[in-house]
Amino acid sequence: MPTRIQQLFERTRTEKRAALIGYLTAGDPTPEKTPEIAATLIRAGVDLIELGVPFSDPVADGPVIQRASARALNAGTTLPKVLDIARQIRAASEVPLLLFTYLNPAMHYGFAKLAKDAKAAGIDGVLLTDLSVEEAAPYMQPLRHAGLDTVFLVAPTSTDRRLKLVSEFSTGFVYLVSRTGVTGEQQELSDSLGSLIDKTRAITTLPLAAGFGISTPNQAKAVARMADGVVVGSAIVRQIETDLGGLESMVRALSSSMRAE
Amino acid sequence: MSVSAVQPDSTGHFGPYGGRFVPEVLMAPLEELELAYRAASADPAFQAELDDLLHHYAGRPTPLYYCKRLTEQLGGAKIYLKREDLLHTGAHKINNSLGQALLARRMGKKRIIAETGAGQHGVATAAACALFGIECVVYMGEEDMRRQRPNVFRMRLMGAKVVPVLNGSRTLKDAISEAMRDWVTNVHTTHYLLGSALGAHPYPMMVRDFHRCIGIEARADILKAEGRLPDTVIACVGGGSNAIGIFHAFLEDDVQLIGVEAGGRSLTLGEHAARFEGGSPGVLHGAHSYMLQNDDGQAAITHSISAGLDYVLIGPEHALLHDQHRAEYTHCNDVDALVAAQRLARTEGIIPALESAHAVAEALRRAPQEPGKVFVVNLSGRGDKDTDIYRENLPELDAH
Repeated sequence: MPTRIQQLFERTRTEKRAALIGYLTAGDPTPEKTPEIAATLIRAGVDLIELGVPFSDPVADGPVIQRASARALNAGTTLPKVLDIARQIRAASEVPLLLFTYLNPAMHYGFAKLAKDAKAAGIDGVLLTDLSVEEAAPYMQPLRHAGLDTVFLVAPTSTDRRLKLVSEFSTGFVYLVSRTGVTGEQQELSDSLGSLIDKTRAITTLPLAAGFGISTPNQAKAVARMADGVVVGSAIVRQIETDLGGLESMVRALSSSMRAE
Repeated sequence: MSVSAVQPDSTGHFGPYGGRFVPEVLMAPLEELELAYRAASADPAFQAELDDLLHHYAGRPTPLYYCKRLTEQLGGAKIYLKREDLLHTGAHKINNSLGQALLARRMGKKRIIAETGAGQHGVATAAACALFGIECVVYMGEEDMRRQRPNVFRMRLMGAKVVPVLNGSRTLKDAISEAMRDWVTNVHTTHYLLGSALGAHPYPMMVRDFHRCIGIEARADILKAEGRLPDTVIACVGGGSNAIGIFHAFLEDDVQLIGVEAGGRSLTLGEHAARFEGGSPGVLHGAHSYMLQNDDGQAAITHSISAGLDYVLIGPEHALLHDQHRAEYTHCNDVDALVAAQRLARTEGIIPALESAHAVAEALRRAPQEPGKVFVVNLSGRGDKDTDIYRENLPELDAH
């Protein structure tokens, strides 16, 4: 049976639009708040939620998500609490949920148990930021077995050989890192994104979602013309940090820019 | 007792440890670095240039010094010191910094970044970059900048930019994270000159190889001095570069290898950096190895009086040597390191770095019970950088 993630991209393909993927650090500012924030994102037109597990040493993240991780950890967020948050989101919505985490908390929890518990909590897929495909085999088995999608990243530095490997290991969609760098908003979209999309399309039929540095409606609109999904992370997390009340209109501006025309 | 298989394997694993756990953006650059390193190490011209620098610039070979007075006082094992503290810039770190800087130049990189804890790796890297005319940026935790202030100034005097890191505990772990973020962003132009036998493959192998000269020299010199191999080799272990550098030449010998971790204030999680005391396998900064972590898989806060040992994960080859029982790992607390440093200073006129004082303390503890034995202690660095900490802790010597 297709996962909610696979069903989503089927649907957006039919609707001839790109999916809006929103990232949240689970537990930021507190574990109690996250389900409500997720509901706001869904109301504002987010099609898929990446639920970030906070980590003590988020080496791939810029200052905005680093601060969110610190707030979440200070508020007592743990992986079991993130799964509980997922359960609450799932109780209210059929939105696809992608668990987004660094490897160590997942490894410490145990992959067999995580696969089972994540699936039971209503999570549809897992993305492990610092798990290279070379190291992935032992961890993918239990996730796939539980019926979870495994999403991997490609980057502008990925060679053709690596694009092929990552595509083979991915299910659901392939996540394109639009530029070299950590997560965070950028003034300009990276020039390399178009060519990365072309190179990856030549290798796989999986949907492609692009992220890293996309924050404004104009940027989202431009990326939506090229990719099947647009990931917005730091801009959402910054909005939660500075003005939670303005989150719905901020996200609505993104989703409507992608549906216009 | 021998370790037969060549480590690491072709994918960078030391048994179950090591590997390459990094965001995809760094994977191709690590593949490129590995190829460049393998080509350089097979190139006699590269090795000749490095050897020449190690000799004329850094001061290799370093002496193996017999501590006659200390040995007599302890009345047990004979204690020899491998004097890496006499190297240019003050510690073994220059071996690796020169090697990787040469490699970076060969790869056409215009910019070098590094992390540093105690500042010795930062100073060595600043020197190598000055020597080759390469831009140098060093990330250092703010707490470490405070406690190792002389080294901050030395780096700046040699033209390096020192960037304070304000995250987490503001120590080595946070400096490595910040250096990795820089590398992720500037990977096309920049070489990350990692300073310990840590991180993703090929770093643990490459850093070890650049430090293997320590053990090779020590082994030859002890054979000359004693006509036999030592019974025991002792080194401190933060990430583990000086220890793996001296251990490697003795791996196939019937020689006891002892790594000394930082016991800090106590063995309560958060108060030490002894990864084999309460740590468990995990993944951080690119490698799978023993690390200190809480029940949720978050990296723990660490403490050591010595900034260079104050780190949460041990180099992956040490994890394998530990599991194979080929090396033993113990720990020394802050106070015993200070006492050992003072004793070495008074008895032999050698002020060790606080890191190396941990290894000296283990030798002091064991020597009286082991007459007839021969110890080689890796004195990985000198204590000039620690003058402020010694002053704070020995106020009776600082009176007017």
